[in-house]
Amino acid sequence: MRIELERRPRASALYAILSPFIALVLTVIAGGIMFWLLGKDPVSALYSFFVEPLLDVWSLHEIAIKAAPLILIGVGLSVCYRSNNWNIGAEGQFIMGAIAGAIVPVVFHEWHSPLVLPLMLVFGMIGGALYAAIPAFLKANMNTNEILSSLMLVYIAQLFLDWMVRGPWRSPEAYNFPVTRDFAPEAILPEILTSGRTNLGFVFAIVAAVLVWFMMRYTLKGFEISVLGQSERAGRFAGFSSRRMIWFSLLLSGALAGLAGIAEVSGNINKLQPVISPGYGFTAIIVAFLGRLNPLGIIAAGLFLALTYVGGEAVQLTLSVSDKVTRVFQGLLLFFVLSCDTLILYKIRLVFPGRAVPAAQQGAE
Amino acid sequence: MSVAGASAGSPLLAVRNLTKLFGTFAACNGIDLDIRPGEIHALLGENGAGKSTLVKMLFGVLAPTAGEILWLGAPVSIASPGAARRLGIGMVFQHFSLFEALTVAENIALSLPPGISLARVAEEAARLSHAYGLPLDPKAHVADLSVGERQRIEIVRALLQDPQLIILDEPTSVLTPQEADRLFETLAKLKGEGRSVLYISHRLEEVQRICDRATVLRHGKVTGACDPRQETPASLARMMVGSDVAAVSAEGTNTKGEVLLEARDLDVAARTPFAVSLKNVSLKVHGGEVLAIAGVAGNGQGELFDALSGEYPVSKGEAVLIRSRPVGSLGITARRLMGAGFVPEERHGHAAVPAMSLSDNLVLARSQSDRRAFLGGGVLGIIKSAAVHMAAKRISAAMDVRKSGEDPPAGSLSGGNLQKFIVGRELDRQPAVLIVNQPTWGVDAGAASRIRQALVDLARSGSAVLVISQDLDEIFEVATEIAVISEGRLSDAYPARALTREKIGLLMGGMHGERVPEAAHAH
Repeated sequence: MRIELERRPRASALYAILSPFIALVLTVIAGGIMFWLLGKDPVSALYSFFVEPLLDVWSLHEIAIKAAPLILIGVGLSVCYRSNNWNIGAEGQFIMGAIAGAIVPVVFHEWHSPLVLPLMLVFGMIGGALYAAIPAFLKANMNTNEILSSLMLVYIAQLFLDWMVRGPWRSPEAYNFPVTRDFAPEAILPEILTSGRTNLGFVFAIVAAVLVWFMMRYTLKGFEISVLGQSERAGRFAGFSSRRMIWFSLLLSGALAGLAGIAEVSGNINKLQPVISPGYGFTAIIVAFLGRLNPLGIIAAGLFLALTYVGGEAVQLTLSVSDKVTRVFQGLLLFFVLSCDTLILYKIRLVFPGRAVPAAQQGAE
Repeated sequence: MSVAGASAGSPLLAVRNLTKLFGTFAACNGIDLDIRPGEIHALLGENGAGKSTLVKMLFGVLAPTAGEILWLGAPVSIASPGAARRLGIGMVFQHFSLFEALTVAENIALSLPPGISLARVAEEAARLSHAYGLPLDPKAHVADLSVGERQRIEIVRALLQDPQLIILDEPTSVLTPQEADRLFETLAKLKGEGRSVLYISHRLEEVQRICDRATVLRHGKVTGACDPRQETPASLARMMVGSDVAAVSAEGTNTKGEVLLEARDLDVAARTPFAVSLKNVSLKVHGGEVLAIAGVAGNGQGELFDALSGEYPVSKGEAVLIRSRPVGSLGITARRLMGAGFVPEERHGHAAVPAMSLSDNLVLARSQSDRRAFLGGGVLGIIKSAAVHMAAKRISAAMDVRKSGEDPPAGSLSGGNLQKFIVGRELDRQPAVLIVNQPTWGVDAGAASRIRQALVDLARSGSAVLVISQDLDEIFEVATEIAVISEGRLSDAYPARALTREKIGLLMGGMHGERVPEAAHAH
């Protein structure tokens, strides 16, 4: 028996909707097998991973806190990916946004004003955007591959943050621990619910997603993004500039990643430390694709990926498995999402030898 | 080589009830075909009639769904192009598969089994090219060769296998009339040796000239088998199209207005190593005129379109003028706002985004020229989808665009219907200047005649129309003035009535001839 892919005459609308769900089911099955191989009961492990966090107010808040940066970054990345600009460096833009936003509460810690917080947020966005401007400049002017340049800039940002908190910005009051001073209360993003820690960052994420969805769905800018993503030549015919689109998409996604960075630091960590992200910038790539590059889908995907973080922590505690379980789940999910997308354009056929079946399946001309 | 085993009169290749289904669509439906030894057999049909699918099955590229293929009377299954070659079938494809950076001999060696020395390949290729009147330098790089020369490589490559049957897919679509004549002499020589040729074309004139028998396909079925010399072009066309094709009406008179489109000493350097540079191109199109630019593919037509449309602006503003204003350095949007419309050659991925709906593809070309009608919300630029849908519907109705559904993706339309929409998208604006590259390339006869009529009518209403085309029939149907492009240079324009095919052919080929010594010096 042989498995063949046969091109569909046109993309299947059904599988465009179904494919993320099929991917989810396959991920859960593969995860269950993984737990079984680790010698854990798959059913109860999956229960603690995926279900238990949903039954508890505290962990629901944790999910919202972790979903906020994933959604913010994922929405920005969706604009990049739709326009065929492959920004892989959101993690670095997230960190640089956090550092730029922290200038106000760390360097000017004696300045108290209601302007502190808005200024931090603006600085955060500028920091992320400027950091994304590097691969944008390189691609627009020197045709440098943005996948490589943006990815490599992540490591620079991580080491820069490490150096900042150990060197110039180390808190004089922290007994030589590599952290900055704690942010003053007016530099902290307010919580939005009385029941838990969810902060304003979640609202930013939802607002950003809705705005970008509106832009993509109804405006000429959104149209320009899709056209240039599908065919640069047709975009040129329409009078759109792919160079300007490189700048637009990278600056927008950099700004949103930077906003996510400063919101995470301000609302959740309340200071800078050597590591401020469990890989949100990379996980957001999965979020963007799981959400079908649609901002509303990204909200759902961001919540689900946040669940894998919280669930991963939960099984660490209850089953004493490694914290790498979360990364494995996220990796499996991206793998299955991308492979299930094949179903949108192709049919799977099982071919049994002995039956006369054409050897070369090619489309009619 | 003699045709062993086939007695005179019995077919070399016979096809019985051959069918190919793609899903439920029958690209070929119960086809019967006989090719006798030593004949040139024409396979006629419009685009999408199933010609390519049929020959792909004969050459082992596609497997038939049903039916049988008989070679010298014995049923055979042709599983791959290699198997076809071993049987004695050679094929020259419409689109060449050559590496431009390699030499002629290297390209030929790539298609042969490994282990044959390059020197032997070169020697053999030189011998064959000489024997069949296909002059070819085995050491030349493909990138430096004309399309006609590239085709000779493909033919020599096929002949090296000593085939009994040679299949040629639309061989003259890329040739000058003189180059085509030379090809016909080669075909006659092959026929004289007892080899058979399956000649695929939609050009009735050449089929009548060189073919002994013809099989006509329409919608995947055989609609006629005849001796083309006994038929008239009209009767052949009827078999191909199924009905009479309306001739373009040139009645009425064009009143010559002001110069609306002009190029003055337009120079454009080649953007890529294999692009053509434009040298000193000057042209003028008055209102009421259709200037057609004839030329063999790859002589700078695409580059000329890019420069005139502003997709790639040039540094000198005065090099292009639209309605007497210099626009050379302005982009396509600015030129559209001055009343120009554009139709590029490539439908998919240039004139239209295949995965997007027709209405989206309307916005593609007209978002700025029709800003007031199509966009709202001030700086937000919200697309008014109701207005766009109405306009798309109006265009589809005006151009008789046949489609499945209200607003289907552009890619789901047939070539002719999509092209009607793309041309209609510009006509709907009543452009003062329309620039069209290959208006009916790969389009069925019905749609082609409708598009040509629309171009003629637009000029008659006072607009300036520039048509870049490789199709001389089309040029004579629509043009009031004709110029020829060759090697990036444009000839003077002549009134269409004053020109003959031969004169145009000389202009195309004459310039080729002049270039050769020049290039030799350059090396």
